[in-house]
Amino acid sequence: MTVTVRHSEMGALLGFAERQLYVYKRYWVWEVVWLFYSVVSVLSIGFLASGLGTLGAGGESFDLRKAQLYLLVGALLWGYLSLVFMEAAYAIAWERWEGTIEYTFMAPVRRMTHLMGICLFAIGYGLARTFIVLLVAVAIFNIDFSHANVAGALLVLAASIVPLIGLAILTSVLPLLSPQKGEQMSFAVQGFMLLVSGVYYPLSVLPMPLQVAGAASPLTYALSGMRRSLLEGAGVGDQLPTVGILLAMGAALIPAGILVFSWAERRAKRLGLLKRSG
Amino acid sequence: MSIPAIEIQGVSKAFRRREREAGAPWWRRDWKDKVALHELDLIVQPGGVTGILGPNGSGKSTLIRILGTLLTPDTGTARVFGWDVVKEALQVRRHVNRVSVEAAFFKELSPWENMVYAARLYGSAGSGTRRRVVEILELLGLPLDVIDQPMKQLSRGQQQKVAIARSFLTAPSLLLMDEPTTGLDPRSKKEVQTVLETLRAEREITVLVCTHDMNEAEALCERVLMMDGGRVLADGRPAELCRIHGGATLEGVFMHLTGKTLEAEEPEEVAP
Repeated sequence: MTVTVRHSEMGALLGFAERQLYVYKRYWVWEVVWLFYSVVSVLSIGFLASGLGTLGAGGESFDLRKAQLYLLVGALLWGYLSLVFMEAAYAIAWERWEGTIEYTFMAPVRRMTHLMGICLFAIGYGLARTFIVLLVAVAIFNIDFSHANVAGALLVLAASIVPLIGLAILTSVLPLLSPQKGEQMSFAVQGFMLLVSGVYYPLSVLPMPLQVAGAASPLTYALSGMRRSLLEGAGVGDQLPTVGILLAMGAALIPAGILVFSWAERRAKRLGLLKRSG
Repeated sequence: MSIPAIEIQGVSKAFRRREREAGAPWWRRDWKDKVALHELDLIVQPGGVTGILGPNGSGKSTLIRILGTLLTPDTGTARVFGWDVVKEALQVRRHVNRVSVEAAFFKELSPWENMVYAARLYGSAGSGTRRRVVEILELLGLPLDVIDQPMKQLSRGQQQKVAIARSFLTAPSLLLMDEPTTGLDPRSKKEVQTVLETLRAEREITVLVCTHDMNEAEALCERVLMMDGGRVLADGRPAELCRIHGGATLEGVFMHLTGKTLEAEEPEEVAP
């Protein structure tokens, strides 16, 4: 790749991220609504945890504070990871809604650049929104992160983005395969990940087939690693195996996602599916 | 001899769709092929405006989409400035831009935001982008106070002018215009046509314009291809076609060749 082309691809990458920023600025009312929904969801989980004692959960070994932290960390991380996942997975769905899919697909830009540009925005947007939710949760539940190892947690968080992008690219293919049903299928994938990734409970409570599916989900390792750092103070060195697993998953999922996307794009061009918006 | 702007050899395209025969049970649907483009050969030399005339369903948009790398032909090869539209799609896209009947914009964004996005995709964004955008919009006669308003607040004529301005910004060598004036009021239509005339006079660019407006084709195009049912029925200069086929206008030539007017409606592409 020549320097000019690399420069041009970098400009396009920023262009996609910047476009999303413009779109979200214009839809700011919706963003307020979604932010409110995120805050309410996390607070509900927090209060659920607070109410466990009065619901009869107890026993000497039961640590209510730990249960609350466990659930809140799960809710916050799920909020962030699912947001990044859906933003990236909706890369094509956005274009269909706006009627710009053909324009974008005609641009002299590699598909990798297109998808990574959307992911870049999704990561920044997800971090900003989750930070606000975190502030509210900390203020209301007086969360104690004094035992947390922030460096370890941030390392796992950064590594978890890699396989998540691969998974999101794979999911973003769905609206290309089926203009009518692809978007709903993205929700189904998101829901399944919530079920099997140990967001609100340990994997061990699941039936064996779901435990196997959970073991294949990168979110499982991301959540478990983050909890170890935030709740038990696991440091950077302790997290290296988890980071290794996440990066290995990303190394497999991103090329697989790009390959599947390329195949789906060729299919869409052969069958004339790009034009369809409904 | 220069490389042709467009070189098409034996290109055809059909779309498959599932249909239920009359009287067949609701669950029984069979695949059927709908031919959008029969085998087509075409060479367009660089420069000038070439018109493709035909009713809806005649294969015009299919041809434009193939040249824009948005559709893969079933047979044959299509090249743009020597680049194959399937095997060298990225190189083709660097030389081509398209203005379609539906102005493809992020409607909540402003003309400026849409244009800077386009400039970034085509690698032409820089410190002077705002100045160039203003210059182009002025050239097109668009009031500059709309530049930061959401696109959805602009009239269709204004949106179409922004679409043309956006294509100018990326300096394409081949401009594909798919029904650029369809649905516009007469004044907007005239304004867009004036822009095209200016473009033809001032820029070294090859324009392929699809239309079913015969008067527009007669006024703008040096060469005209008449299509119907996915086939090219006639190819030549407007005056030449009128002389050969004995019509006073291109509309008359089309009626002479097909026995019908341009109002025929057919679905063009159907996804499975």
